[in-house]
Amino acid sequence: MNDSPKTLFVKGIIDALPLIVGGVPFGIIFGTLALNAGLDSWQTIGLSSIVFAGSAQFVAVGMIAAGTSLGFIVGATLIVNLRHLIYAASLLPHIKHLPQRWRIPLGFFLIDEVYAATYPNYLKNANSNNHWHYLGVGVAFYLSWNIATVVGILFGANIEGIADWGLDFAMSATFIGMVMPHLINKPMVAGVLTSAVLAVVTYSLPHKIGLVIASVAGMAVGYALEQRLSEKERS
Amino acid sequence: MSLNIWLLIALMAVVTFGIRYALYARANAVTLPPKLERALKYSAPCVLTAIWVPAVMMPQGELALTANNPYLVGATVAIVVALWKKNVLLTIVTSMLCFFAYKWLVL
Repeated sequence: MNDSPKTLFVKGIIDALPLIVGGVPFGIIFGTLALNAGLDSWQTIGLSSIVFAGSAQFVAVGMIAAGTSLGFIVGATLIVNLRHLIYAASLLPHIKHLPQRWRIPLGFFLIDEVYAATYPNYLKNANSNNHWHYLGVGVAFYLSWNIATVVGILFGANIEGIADWGLDFAMSATFIGMVMPHLINKPMVAGVLTSAVLAVVTYSLPHKIGLVIASVAGMAVGYALEQRLSEKERS
Repeated sequence: MSLNIWLLIALMAVVTFGIRYALYARANAVTLPPKLERALKYSAPCVLTAIWVPAVMMPQGELALTANNPYLVGATVAIVVALWKKNVLLTIVTSMLCFFAYKWLVL
């Protein structure tokens, strides 16, 4: 069965909806926090529409508020978004056949939520039009993220105390929902626990360097344990 | 020293798009070393965890492992539902409902 581009595009939008539920409150709180950090409305919209990187935008706004210099913020953006490289690597076989005019927007849309909604579709359905599904997910999430940002800007300016509502919990809830299904073997559990503990221990270090230490150490522990277990199996 | 926000946005956009598009750009020529591929597999769960764990355990910047911390309560619900049902929408909706109910009704 080869669904039409239109059918797949709509299916992509539908598959994006669960993650949009978590993304919208997060986008709203981003809009309000960015204003509090001293950005103007257009700069806030610029971050959401040009950069389009939820957690990196959050980290950047926190660093701007703390008076961090430009180089460190760009460096933190690199570290926080480096995981998107693995998403690109795992989708690579599926987008190889597409021309650049497709690869550029698909690359731009490659965030956690878009990957989480798109990759399972590639595994489930062998369909040469699957990039339409990917595009549907990306467009739906992009629009919802930017609308939520604008709503946050409007709310932030008019509703007292919205920053204290705890809408940022939506980000944690979404990330927990995405991480837990990965915890199916010892190396992954060990890696994630390492990152969890180190992220708390190193939290007070400047320039979000703790996030870097915790992430890299968790990956190293997971990888090393996987190597050891596979060596044991062989011997 | 004042930060040039638009320059920052431009650089963040270049870095972010660069990471996402680098492999796509030369998709036909690229093969990742298997070792790197195996290590990168841990990247998303580890980075996401390094973001959400401090967010729920220390929402005010200090470790708050008490019942007065609604983030901790909401996250516990999210973890249980996610491991049990393996459904992202259900995880987000139930844990957010619990989070807000606990924050407004209990605390």
